[in-house]
Amino acid sequence: MTLDAKIPSGPLAEKWDRHRFEMKLINPANKRKYSVIVVGTGLAGAAAAATMAELGYNVTALCYNDSARRAHSIAAQGGINAAKNYQNDGDSIWRLFYDTIKGGDYRSREGNVYRLAQVSNNIIDQCVAQGVPFAREYGGYLDNRSFGGAQVSRTFYARGQTGQQLLLGAYSALMRQVGLGKVDLYTRHEMMDVVLVDGHARGIVARDMVTGKVVSFAADAVILATGGYSNVYFLSTNAIACNVTAAYRAYKKGAAFANPAFVQIHPTCIPVSGDHQSKLTLMSESLRNDGRIWVPKNKGETRGPNDIPEEDRDYYLERKYPSFGNLSPRDISSRSAKEVCDEGRGVGPTGYGVYLDFRDAIDRLGKHTIEARYGNLFQMYERITGEDPYTLPMRIYPALHYTMGGLWVDYNLMSNIPGLHVLGEANFSDHGANRLGASALMQGLADGYFVIPYTIGHYLATAKQEKVTTDHAEFKKAEEDVRGRLGKLLDLNGSRTVVSIHRELGHIMWEYAGMARNGAGLKKALELIPQLREEFWSNAKVVGDGENVNHSLERAGRVADFLEFAELLCHDALNRNESCGGHFREEYQTEEGEALRNDDDYAYVAAWEYTGVGSEPILHKEQLEFENVKLQTRSYK
Amino acid sequence: MKLKLHIWRQKNTRAKGKMVTYEVDGIEEDMSFLEMLDVLNEKLILNDEEPVAFDHDCREGICGACSLTVNGIPHGPEKETTICQLHMRKFKDGDEIYIEPFRARAFPVLRDLVTDRTAFDRIMQAGGFVSANTGGVPDANAIPISKKDADKAMDNAACIGCGACVAACKNASAMLFVAAKVSQYAYLPQGQTERKRRVLNMVAQMDREGFGNCTNYYECEAVCPKGISVSSIALMNRDYLRASLTEKEEA
Repeated sequence: MTLDAKIPSGPLAEKWDRHRFEMKLINPANKRKYSVIVVGTGLAGAAAAATMAELGYNVTALCYNDSARRAHSIAAQGGINAAKNYQNDGDSIWRLFYDTIKGGDYRSREGNVYRLAQVSNNIIDQCVAQGVPFAREYGGYLDNRSFGGAQVSRTFYARGQTGQQLLLGAYSALMRQVGLGKVDLYTRHEMMDVVLVDGHARGIVARDMVTGKVVSFAADAVILATGGYSNVYFLSTNAIACNVTAAYRAYKKGAAFANPAFVQIHPTCIPVSGDHQSKLTLMSESLRNDGRIWVPKNKGETRGPNDIPEEDRDYYLERKYPSFGNLSPRDISSRSAKEVCDEGRGVGPTGYGVYLDFRDAIDRLGKHTIEARYGNLFQMYERITGEDPYTLPMRIYPALHYTMGGLWVDYNLMSNIPGLHVLGEANFSDHGANRLGASALMQGLADGYFVIPYTIGHYLATAKQEKVTTDHAEFKKAEEDVRGRLGKLLDLNGSRTVVSIHRELGHIMWEYAGMARNGAGLKKALELIPQLREEFWSNAKVVGDGENVNHSLERAGRVADFLEFAELLCHDALNRNESCGGHFREEYQTEEGEALRNDDDYAYVAAWEYTGVGSEPILHKEQLEFENVKLQTRSYK
Repeated sequence: MKLKLHIWRQKNTRAKGKMVTYEVDGIEEDMSFLEMLDVLNEKLILNDEEPVAFDHDCREGICGACSLTVNGIPHGPEKETTICQLHMRKFKDGDEIYIEPFRARAFPVLRDLVTDRTAFDRIMQAGGFVSANTGGVPDANAIPISKKDADKAMDNAACIGCGACVAACKNASAMLFVAAKVSQYAYLPQGQTERKRRVLNMVAQMDREGFGNCTNYYECEAVCPKGISVSSIALMNRDYLRASLTEKEEA
């Protein structure tokens, strides 16, 4: 396997322009002779499908939800970054680039990240043109807020539902193309496998989730925009159906999987309330603009939060990181919360929680202002916990939220399988070892609106492929494999539900591959996961048939893939003998307990090659070159 | 707590459905309504019965997938709350709960509580957009928009497309859904160019899908989980009248 990142030569600021000029074009009249499949209709997928259709390509788009509008991008709350510098506070493309590289703890590519910062401004223009109702100031111009890991206000937002508004913008653009007949949209279709012909990605096999039919789609290129894999931890802020299956199937067909151990644990989620918990709910990071995070100074504190006087409170983020305070990056904030809870100073019934307190902000700004800024979030919190955050501090705790790792892609967003492109959270490209807040929406839309529409043309113009149809033997073989696998799942008739096994997998992953990891724990996980996989295939139970809506079967297929993928994640975490970003190995920390990076040995992308179920994957390294930034120890003090 | 559930079961669109009664025990007040159904489904699976199918995904009240009618009310008794955000502390031990799908001719049942709401997508395809191709648009701050108008656009854009408005309406009207989208764009300068053809085309598609008309009962507003106001319907009716006098529908 050779990994060529294909970063264009030349000065950083000119790479993308130069590349756009050098790429081959397809003339407008010829674009309609090419077809592209897009799997997933979140920000990246919907934006890509709509934009490619506008250019003239024939697009087939698929999603497993009942409507393209329901992809989990919709749940992003806080905002989207862009280097507009509308606030005149010293922002620039360079600063957004620098903050993102630093925030990612120097484990991402300079070329990709700079391009992301460049196109960030186009995204805001595009969304406003689509009628996305971003927040505005009284003068009618766009408002901004600040987010973790930045000292400028560059985050655009639409109340507490920015992801929803951006997704509806992309969805509307997609609907327009469906109406015009340029996109064939298949909802309630789940991708089961990718099909290669002569080594190129030429289509997919999907399952119609209403009729159970296994169907193939052929095209000239395939794009996966299928999101992240947080649900390998069972409890996460992801939607229930979010899964790794599409990416994992591509991995099994030869696509390299990069940095799977880089996962993000978001510091502000509502704590777990009991064993019945099916998912966790995020409270937007934007709350940290006005909320102050604290725990009692003393272990075993029994007083209610409002009865604890100032001198007995420990505002630990403000104390440890005075210049960023409550807006320290996510990995640092999460780990700090874990530390104080491990010390026995956590709050709430389980002891795994910290306070996020708005008392001072309400005193300073008035309840009305706080309500205008965060009203819907406060309401959501009250519904879930039954407590009123205007009078009692919120209780929060970190939870799995986002995965920086993903399928390896080059500068053109193409994997090492020719023709197989990967966008958004599903790829690994831009966030290194830690993503900054409000940058996921930016990356998804950058990939979909402004990168792939250019790079796909170059691929199609240079690949010069024969047309294939779904009658090709490779499609028939893939369909047979999928049917066989579904049959095997339907035959499972043991004594445990699939959900109970998924929950157990989550416990293993959270315990041994969560916020803090160590070599011994990861080795333990690598023993436990194959045992649990064995338990799944011998003792799980799937009911119903393959010809109707069958949620039991759908869940089983996803969990089966998580049970293999979990091992890959642990191998990667075990290999990386350093701490960086969201990957904190307890053996590698400074005396003050901060992450200790090892740039000499680990400034590389770990891209893994599949070798079989349960067999150790092969590591390929893509060395990261830093020509423009100096590698430093991250400091938010 | 222990509950008695009466749930609509239907194998597929062609099959005949019926209400089936189940008992669940050990329900805790911190559980969400859907987690209560998860408990039931785990029990059914272990008894070799098929779980109750229902649409759900984000479980944060924003994706719009969940769509249950609980005791006759779409999304249940709590105001401005999707069913996934309703928690069991609002119920008590021994309660009987009736759970049905969102019922409307334009939303055929696919299985149990799962309905086909693609009619909404087709209405969106008819005009729920601003025709702005990617690229070639002005700077985002080139057009100032008053905060008041931006806020009103946002109020309407908050629609999650769940279809509760349709399920609550005795005419199965989709007027609130369509009006919310029409109004979002009507408040923004970006929406003006296509304002007339948008309202004509979306309303025409709404009628083709078999949704009924509005007779001002306001049940839609009462159940809308995002609190979208029926005043948007008034705006849409004004726009529709004006457009139908001056423009021809583009089929």
